[in-house]
Amino acid sequence: MLEILGELFSHNFIIRALLVGILISLCTALLGVSLVLKRYSMIGAGLSHVGFGAMAIALAFNFAPLKLSIPVVLISAFFLLRISENSRIKSDAAIALISSSSLAAGVMVIYRSTGINTDVCNYMFGTILTTSKSDVYISVISAITVLAVYIIFYNKIFAVTFDETFAKAAGSNAGFYNMLIALLTALVIVVGMRLMGAMLISSLIIFPALTAMRIFSSFRGVVICAAVTSVFSFFIGIAVSFASETPAGASIVAVNLAVFILFYILGLSLRRTRWAN
Amino acid sequence: MKPILSCSAAKFVYNSFTAADDITFELHGGEYLAILGENGSGKSTLMKGVLGLLKPASGKISYSGIKPQEIGYLPQQTVVQKDFPATVWEITLSGCQNRLGFPPFYSGAAKNRALDSLKYMQAEDLKSKPFRNLSGGQQQRVLLARALCAADKLLMLDEPAAGLDPVMTERLYALLSELNSQRGMAILMISHDPESAVRYSGKILHLSRNGHFFGTKDEYCSTPLYKRFGGSNA
Repeated sequence: MLEILGELFSHNFIIRALLVGILISLCTALLGVSLVLKRYSMIGAGLSHVGFGAMAIALAFNFAPLKLSIPVVLISAFFLLRISENSRIKSDAAIALISSSSLAAGVMVIYRSTGINTDVCNYMFGTILTTSKSDVYISVISAITVLAVYIIFYNKIFAVTFDETFAKAAGSNAGFYNMLIALLTALVIVVGMRLMGAMLISSLIIFPALTAMRIFSSFRGVVICAAVTSVFSFFIGIAVSFASETPAGASIVAVNLAVFILFYILGLSLRRTRWAN
Repeated sequence: MKPILSCSAAKFVYNSFTAADDITFELHGGEYLAILGENGSGKSTLMKGVLGLLKPASGKISYSGIKPQEIGYLPQQTVVQKDFPATVWEITLSGCQNRLGFPPFYSGAAKNRALDSLKYMQAEDLKSKPFRNLSGGQQQRVLLARALCAADKLLMLDEPAAGLDPVMTERLYALLSELNSQRGMAILMISHDPESAVRYSGKILHLSRNGHFFGTKDEYCSTPLYKRFGGSNA
């Protein structure tokens, strides 16, 4: 294990990937708590598929992938949230429509241009390789923005997540905070897609929150625990990916699943002992 | 004296459907008003309108000496809240969100206020307990404490007794009466139960498709509305 870790830190590209990944896992964990509790988990999955479509088009036309997909996914986040808030449309169905359509668009563009090559495969399933310097800058700036905004508006985010009607009645602009959460999520998803893969990034949003909720029953506890387990799972996942030459995204999801199961069992036995007493 | 809240000929339209029409009533400081009516008669819509969450399509809602954000509100509980991971303290403190400035962090004064509200609701011992593990009655007391954080003069409650057993219901109504008589808190409550509405409140607003009633509870008891709606004991 120590050997693997030693080797892990000896490569520049891995240090870059670790830096970006830790920041991304931290951000997705924080935002994920609100998204899962508000029943908006599907927005994350929808956005990542839209992001994939945008990436594919950017690759085909030789644009910088992040510069095209960040605005596209931000705009989609805006509309997805609008759909979710509109009770007349069944929002889960609408999100599924949008995400499969963008996936289809992406796949068609890829087959007409480059074909399924390793680059495309990397965008779908994630890689720790080739996180370029400019990607690192964009990722770090995005992640720090998300963290700062989250900490500043923590109390408002809690209030809007727990009870939107009460928050509105108390004069908090719930629509604004919902939009803020959706836009920050969009930003984090695009930035994390290279590393995690478009198909798997939404797990970073859902797993840590669900895992933390098995054990903690305060909002602050859940947020902190989600952040810690997310970063931990990412780190172990990268090590597994490096040692066993499996794709980064899939390895990280596997570790997340293992941690979830562990917490699930722990949560059950904790509740048992509480009842017994 | 000027009423703290007055609503004249208000009409609310929801998805191009008229949810409530021609509603007129007044609420003075320290009064206890119960809103009755069948399902779909527009009670919740009216309350949202009064809180400023819905704009009336016509008519007027006006306040005197109080802002809509200074109303303590106890909404109906949502599905999301049933298994929401939050402590009683986190939820109570969020009642002070109408006093947050920028950056939105809670001051010592806000924390004291939240603690006082919990004490008043006899829920101080629940402070660090998870909200989702509480009984229905305890949850309502905590949400009432949160509403008290926001309000000095006016509380609005949307069917606060929904889902409570008779003992809990009595206890909740007793607490509300105490708030009303001891603190002079005006109360505007949507209720499903005309008998307890008549027992505890001073005035009644009954919404009905065949014309609304607004007046004192004694006047209300002699109307055919109460006889029909109040059931066997009336």
